[in-house]
Amino acid sequence: MSQVKEPKKRKMSLERRHNLTGWVFLTPATLMIAVMSFWPMIQAFILSLQTGKANNLSFGDPLANYVRMFRDNVFTTSLGNTFLYLIIQVPIMLILALILASMLNNKDLRCKGLFRTAIFLPCATSLVSYAIIFRSLFSVDGFVNTVLINLGILNTGYNFLGHATSAKIIIIIALVWRWTGYNMVFYLSGLQNIEYSVYEAAKIDGASPMQTFFRITVPLLKPTILLTAIMSTNGTLQLFDESVNLTKGGPANATITMSHYIYNMSFKYVPTFGYAAAMSFLIFILVAVLAFIQMKVGDKRD
Amino acid sequence: MYVFLTIVSVISVFPLYWMLISATNKSIDVSRGTMLPGLALIDNWKSLLSQQDVARAMINSFKYSIILTLCALVICSLAGYGFEIYHDKGKDAVMSILLLGMMVPFVATLVPLFRMFSAAKLLNTTVAFILPTISTPFLIMMFRQSARSFPHDIIEAARIDGLNEIQIFFRMFIPTMRSTYAAAMTITFMNAWNNYLWPKVIMTTDESMTMPMLVANLTEGYVTDYGVLMLAVLLCSLPTIIIFFLLQKSFAEGITGAVK
Repeated sequence: MSQVKEPKKRKMSLERRHNLTGWVFLTPATLMIAVMSFWPMIQAFILSLQTGKANNLSFGDPLANYVRMFRDNVFTTSLGNTFLYLIIQVPIMLILALILASMLNNKDLRCKGLFRTAIFLPCATSLVSYAIIFRSLFSVDGFVNTVLINLGILNTGYNFLGHATSAKIIIIIALVWRWTGYNMVFYLSGLQNIEYSVYEAAKIDGASPMQTFFRITVPLLKPTILLTAIMSTNGTLQLFDESVNLTKGGPANATITMSHYIYNMSFKYVPTFGYAAAMSFLIFILVAVLAFIQMKVGDKRD
Repeated sequence: MYVFLTIVSVISVFPLYWMLISATNKSIDVSRGTMLPGLALIDNWKSLLSQQDVARAMINSFKYSIILTLCALVICSLAGYGFEIYHDKGKDAVMSILLLGMMVPFVATLVPLFRMFSAAKLLNTTVAFILPTISTPFLIMMFRQSARSFPHDIIEAARIDGLNEIQIFFRMFIPTMRSTYAAAMTITFMNAWNNYLWPKVIMTTDESMTMPMLVANLTEGYVTDYGVLMLAVLLCSLPTIIIFFLLQKSFAEGITGAVK
């Protein structure tokens, strides 16, 4: 009876209770992100203004670490390497993934599942594992050299990982190998949201496969392309496992990435946490700026 | 088109095939470029066990990854559900702040996180392994998107039947969203298993070592035994490859849900 008498009051309290339940549900996750991500980020900034070894940190000249960064040859090399990987590897990988996805989206294609599984398989291997597989394949007495010698192209094994240029190329090849399938899955999922009849209509209108690709696939997949571009940029700026395990940063730090150098400065030698924090804060700025630019560019083409 | 796809597929699979073959061959035969399975698997196995405590690293990796995956799924799906089902202006604002967290690179928080866990005397513990990635904006977003397709009628009906909100979540939402959970599980487990940087920083004793760390340690010496090394690489990759094959279908479905 009371339910009928006071429907309004009851509804209000219920709504408020549901609202509260929602907050309770999202609190643990939100709190963890705040404590494990946002708070350390603020600390990294504070830390980046301090200088000194190990835990003897002090605020001297607050910009000392940032000035030191650009005078540090290893750091500028690592910055250059990271951007080299970013500028060469990310576009190659994304374009290849896009081409593969649009091929696999073809309804008449046979053995689709087999191709998809084969191309995605590299993503199931761990980062350390694949880095070591590539290190072994390209080592002086590795498989690639053996094949080249047997074919008569080389007389003795070439030290691929001992030369800066070839070592960088191998890192790029390895990255493309590991991540193309991963991005392809995102594009395939995106393509499923496009009506297949659009493609059939284009075919009837006499559009070439190239035209279909550039006029239909690319524009309609734009949000997904943006997502993968941001994810890849973020991932490339943080490259660590490959630099550590494939080339060990060498020869003579020629292939080292920023994350690898930050690790070395914090944990390998006498820790200089302030300097490492300054470098990591720069990575944060770079990620944010690049994501912002990509979003702006993504918006413009509408 | 078939030629191109076949070439790409062969290139994709070849390094893994080579790993498999090498694990069964002697190091010297691997260097000679053998392409056929050999007979040295058991020798490589014995040699690997004599060098490294594989069982402990395996158990550690499984323990850390499974606990992290379970905790992350519960916490993030609860949040995703909360953000979507009870959404209002305040919660939407909190969500957009959390999405900014996607831009925080893990390496940027590495030093402060290490100092935090080291000060709390939590180095070499499971807690230290799981806490930094227990809640990720990506997973929350994924569950929020999938909660969008969860019919409100079911919630209303369950409320009339007298279920409270937590019961609705556990008894109605989780069973209906099985494929999203499978995809989230695949992604989280793989990331946890493959994580190398964070364990390398916080796991300072041999007792707490993970599989990727063990594999990386094998390359430290001057002479590399390729047979043994590739066997370790194989062991390190097997769990993720198996999970990928088991959950492949729901993984693709779950991603589709997240991309929409």
